[in-house]
Amino acid sequence: MSLLELNGVKVHFPIRKGVFVDRTVGYVYAVDGVSLSVEAGQTYGLVGESGCGKTTLGRAVLRLNDITEGEVVFDGTDLASLPDEEMRRYRRRLQMVFQDPLGSLNPRQNIESILSEGMAAHGIGADQDERRERIKEILAKVGLPSGSLSRYPHEFSGGQRQRIGIARALVLEPDVIICDEPVSALDVSIQAQVINLLEDVQESMGLTYVVIAHDLAVVRHISDVIGVMYLGSLVEEAPSDLLYAEPRHPYTRALMSAVPVPDPEVEDSRERILLSGDLPSPASPPSGCRFHTRCPWRQDTLCATDRPELRDVGGGHRVACHYAAEIADGRIRRADESVPATPPGPPSGADAQPAAAEDAGDASEAADEGPAERRPEPATSE
Amino acid sequence: MSTKTDKIDRLAELTARSETSTGASLWVEAFRRLRSSKMAIIGACVIALFVVLAIVGPWLAPYSAEAQTWRNEVFRNQGIFVGPRADNWFGLDHLGRDEFSRFLVGARQTLLVGVVATLLGFTVGALLGGLSGAALTLGGRIGRRVDTVVMRFIDMMLALPSLLLAVSVAAVLGQSLTTVMIAVGVVQIPIFARLLRGAMLAQGGSDYVLAARALGVRRRRIVFSQILPNSLSPVIVQATLCLATAIIEAAALSYLGLGNPDPAVPEWGVMLAQSQEFFDAAPMLAVYPALGIIITALGFTLLGEAMREALDPKLRS
Ligand SMILES: Nc1ncnc2c1ncn2[C@@H]1O[C@H](COP(=O)(O)OP(=O)(O)O)[C@@H](O)[C@H]1O
Ligand code: SF4
Ligand SMILES: [Mg+2]
Repeated sequence: MSLLELNGVKVHFPIRKGVFVDRTVGYVYAVDGVSLSVEAGQTYGLVGESGCGKTTLGRAVLRLNDITEGEVVFDGTDLASLPDEEMRRYRRRLQMVFQDPLGSLNPRQNIESILSEGMAAHGIGADQDERRERIKEILAKVGLPSGSLSRYPHEFSGGQRQRIGIARALVLEPDVIICDEPVSALDVSIQAQVINLLEDVQESMGLTYVVIAHDLAVVRHISDVIGVMYLGSLVEEAPSDLLYAEPRHPYTRALMSAVPVPDPEVEDSRERILLSGDLPSPASPPSGCRFHTRCPWRQDTLCATDRPELRDVGGGHRVACHYAAEIADGRIRRADESVPATPPGPPSGADAQPAAAEDAGDASEAADEGPAERRPEPATSE
Repeated sequence: MSTKTDKIDRLAELTARSETSTGASLWVEAFRRLRSSKMAIIGACVIALFVVLAIVGPWLAPYSAEAQTWRNEVFRNQGIFVGPRADNWFGLDHLGRDEFSRFLVGARQTLLVGVVATLLGFTVGALLGGLSGAALTLGGRIGRRVDTVVMRFIDMMLALPSLLLAVSVAAVLGQSLTTVMIAVGVVQIPIFARLLRGAMLAQGGSDYVLAARALGVRRRRIVFSQILPNSLSPVIVQATLCLATAIIEAAALSYLGLGNPDPAVPEWGVMLAQSQEFFDAAPMLAVYPALGIIITALGFTLLGEAMREALDPKLRS
């Protein structure tokens, strides 16, 4: 059995209004039904645009957010239904590294105090001397001088602060660490060091990671499995190599096309998919496939009406797209591709009106008029 | 079973230890920066002078502040006043008392009113705000309800114009110096309450609090040893600023005749109030207490603003 398993996890934030009585006027569907499993000792990479719910999902695992629905099964126990105090004790085994290294450290606590906090909360170490010894070991492990103990967060560089954040998690000897964009606040030159550190300690301490990132480049090398999120749900999940070799979901392909390739020849010929429109608001997600307002492959049946399930397409590759197979073998082409395609839908005069599709908000109406002929960028429509 | 109590004891121990070892550096650093600020130095000097005056003023005073020693030289009905002269540096007041002695002695009452009123506002306000903030950050439906009730009350107080509130308090309690202190203090309660609650909420939503929750630190410890210490600096700054307002508001209440009914006891606000009747004939009688009030209020404001800057973690080098 997997060490960590999420079953249909939903986190909906109520939108409250009203001066005297709190009235719930709607919900932000930040995480809307995510199922995934993470094997012990592996790294699960979670990617997606900012605002798609990665942080919320990561926090839901530690129950730092209330879970609206679903199960978070860790080592055979459903965390979602645990009483608060028991959940608190489980946090020794599930730790988190935060995106903002400085913000996640109390400015008034020195390093020793920051690193002892968790041990004190879980009754680790008989006295402060014993804890201090342990802290020194961990500091050495993450590459910080032991003289750091009496210093304060603001006295360190960004990379060092993130090392402190990692040390704070490691000192509890957890099983799972959720790393929420652990390097996106750091200089590019330091990012690799911190990623390497995470890999090193994973090996030496037998850790299981969930690494969150907003682009594929960061998680590519360290992840065993990668899940791609869009608007609160997973759209594709596959072993890392497979995902890179054969991205199946249109959204993943768009994400990948945004990553430049060092080889100039490949770079020139690689697929470039520009997504039209903005990320829809998670407070009113589109019907059917969440991606249909921006999908270049959108079809006029199913896409706007039925929500695609994650389906296994072989080799542990799961895709949530009604037309994954057709897109993969070229039976369906992108609406903005320069090579003219035979329209798969019923022939119509829709190609005479490309302008309406520019606005993502109108796209669902335009869908009824033959989306395969949509031309989001009039410049390429010649 | 004993391990549980041990754990709690150790936790308490750790609280005590980190309190002293953590806050220190930040305060030391803030103090260092405060020392290099001109604003702070000037403010501190003015305040120091004022405090010294308040303590030793009565001994420094060359004459009695209450005895109408020169009452035969002043005829206020005819507009005959005595200005500064060798014996009486600030001249005589309308009853023939030495104005300089009254000024020196008056500093004590003025400081007392300001400090007691602010202490009252600070204590009650911080308790209410702290209760509200703690209830809300400790979470739960009950916490939210406690917060709502307390804050509605506070907002009601805040909605009343401060002078009106103070006058109402004074009307209920009668005319005395204690009344002025309470009235001025009551006006400050909602300010401190809102400030501390707001600061606690802001800290409660910060990443380091989330991190502490992720670590498994108990909520109560998060509130009292992480959120609260980080929320105090704006409140302390506000206290300094409030001292300035308190002195002015106390003067205003005295001016309106709600202060000490015994006009013999000098207090700057009362002196200012009494001088207005004779402003045409003896404007300087208004100028001395007014300058005293303005300069001390300015001193507290300067120090308060400098402290705000020194304690702002965002401005830290
Ligand atoms: N506490 C909250 N209350 C209401 N909405 C929230 C809250 N936290 C996050 N959200 C919303 O949920 C969505 C997902 O946010 P987040 O999980 O931070 O995304 P990501 O980490 O992928 O950038 C966003 O639209 C965000 O505005
Ligand atoms: S289901 Fe339709 S809209 Fe969604 S990704 Fe697949 S083709 Fe695009
Ligand atoms: Mg995020």
